[in-house]
Amino acid sequence: MNTSDSEEDSYNERSALVQCESPTIPSYNQDHDMSLPQETDSKQRRSVSSGLDEPGPVEQERAATPEGEEEELTLKYGAKHVIMLFIPVTLCMVVVVATIKSVSFYSEKTSQRLIYTPFEEDPNSVGQRLLNSFLNTIVMISVIVFMTIILVVLYKYRCYKFIHGWLILSSLMLLFWFSFMYLGEVFKTYNVAMDYPTLAMIIWNFGVVGMICIHWKGPLQLQQAYLIIISALMALIFIKYLPEWSAWVILGAISIYDLIAVLSPKGPLRMLVETAQERNEPIFPALIYSSAMVWMVGMADSSNPNSADQRQRNEGGALAQEGVESEDDAALGGRRRFSAEEDLEEDRGVKLGLGDFIFYSVLVGKAAANGGDWNTTLACFVAILIGLCLTLLLLAIFKKALPALPISITFGLVFYFSTDNLVRPFMDSLAAHQYYI
Amino acid sequence: MTLAVFFGCAFIAFGPAFALFVFTIARDPLRVIILIAGAFFWLLSLLLSSLVWFIAIKASNSQDLTLQKGLLIFGVFFSVLLQEVFRFAYYRLLRKATEGLAAISDDDGSAISVRQMAYVAGLGFGIMSGAFSMINILSDSLGPGTVGIFGDSQYYFITAALMTLALTLLHTFWGVVFFEGCEKSQWWVIAAVVSLHLLFAGLSLLNPLYEGSLPPVYFITLTMGIWAFFSSGGSLHSLSALCTRRKAEGESS
Repeated sequence: MNTSDSEEDSYNERSALVQCESPTIPSYNQDHDMSLPQETDSKQRRSVSSGLDEPGPVEQERAATPEGEEEELTLKYGAKHVIMLFIPVTLCMVVVVATIKSVSFYSEKTSQRLIYTPFEEDPNSVGQRLLNSFLNTIVMISVIVFMTIILVVLYKYRCYKFIHGWLILSSLMLLFWFSFMYLGEVFKTYNVAMDYPTLAMIIWNFGVVGMICIHWKGPLQLQQAYLIIISALMALIFIKYLPEWSAWVILGAISIYDLIAVLSPKGPLRMLVETAQERNEPIFPALIYSSAMVWMVGMADSSNPNSADQRQRNEGGALAQEGVESEDDAALGGRRRFSAEEDLEEDRGVKLGLGDFIFYSVLVGKAAANGGDWNTTLACFVAILIGLCLTLLLLAIFKKALPALPISITFGLVFYFSTDNLVRPFMDSLAAHQYYI
Repeated sequence: MTLAVFFGCAFIAFGPAFALFVFTIARDPLRVIILIAGAFFWLLSLLLSSLVWFIAIKASNSQDLTLQKGLLIFGVFFSVLLQEVFRFAYYRLLRKATEGLAAISDDDGSAISVRQMAYVAGLGFGIMSGAFSMINILSDSLGPGTVGIFGDSQYYFITAALMTLALTLLHTFWGVVFFEGCEKSQWWVIAAVVSLHLLFAGLSLLNPLYEGSLPPVYFITLTMGIWAFFSSGGSLHSLSALCTRRKAEGESS
């Protein structure tokens, strides 16, 4: 989605549009195994890094003044940025937990599995189950790595049309098919009578507006809402179709992969980021939640991003020239020009990859699905928020692309297992006697 | 049971805390972060104390009921002590961060003061503590059931809500007083807070003899409220100024 406002007079409105892509989802086959939006994951891996690197370089660029002021500018926005991410992450988790607790469909286990987790978990034998979950994890992670590498290769050889088509297809799938399923289950739960024509109208409108908001232009808050909704839908799919133990092991493995992919010199995500920076292009826009848009009034250059595909290809470049800067679009190089316009710049906002939203929500959703204990859910929620806070603090210190998953997921996992096994019996005993600590 | 009890108890237990959050904390991002970090610290203390209790339980004879109850009571007091230790640890962390926070603040120099941090930290502890005590009970109250069918008290839900409210407010007041005591190095204040917390836990041991637990708890809450008010700089003069100003504004408008 690009800035339509750039063509209008109201340059100053903060509600500018953020370019964003949608998750990629391969063709969905309901009869047999469900296909996972694997590309989604690869995109998410990528966007995890890109999502967080933007605030860093941005802040570095902006403060063209001496080092001390640069530090201060960076820290200045720290607390606000944290809250700007707390709110959408909380909303996504609330949607997922509310759905899990009310619609039983997503917590029922079926024999259907994704093709990415082919090994069945046998509940009878612990060793076998553990082994199968590790094998599932290996399969899943290798698929993700493979997809990410393909993406990096495609990007390196400039096959943009292919990637765009892929993304559009996947978001179509997500906005129409998964939301149709979701609505169906909600109606079943609440025993709401619904006819197909009305449903078709609702889904059609929802989907088309979503496609427009995400891929083209739309109000910022509507776009943010759509991104949160599709993250929640994806998380619900994961919660339903990943086997019990595999899900936990996958969560752990994904954080480790994220760490490696973003920080190690040969990591695919890091290579992607560096390639994008070399070309002065936006880091490939996909699955990035952006909380605000920066307006820089009076920038020179008027490359006019009118055509849709040109817009999509030149997002960062065009946007930068337009004077409208979105954190995820304007590449490092483009931003160097803006250092002089500091006084006009306001809130930069922050970005976070949608993959992070999805995996945070998967963790909290699984905590909610298992056993009905609210304390565990609450503990995981607080743990994830604190992890996010710490990650943003590190971002402010190191000012480079950082993975958002490891700290939060680690905290989340630790708190989940310890609350479930240690705190729950303690609090239950206390509640039974009505003792208060 | 069901919705009426659910909403009633939810509002009793969380109403004031929610109002405090909305009116004093929600606007300021820094306070929200301190609140959540406070909740996190309380959670850590709970985790450690549950671990200790769990180990004690597993190491003991599970058939001996009086032993189990004794271990639970030990768990209660140990948890209280650990919570205060973590409150102190949080105080140290916030003090260390104060210089950094001064740089973060948007306005020139008006960083969040220690007193404000004390209030927010106390509220964080209180909200988390209240949530952990009450949420499972609330979700159970939504469903079908008969309270006290096995001979327990019928007033379980309402007394739980009232205790939770007292707990939340108490944590807030303790936070204010505790931080103030640490600032001024008045160790008797800290000892008083710790012993009051232990007293609170001890009083809750009297449940279900609610006459023995609820009135004293609320008396303690009231006392702590007054202490916190004076400790954070309030005075009778400021109270009267509040009233007279309101009266003056009422007359002029």
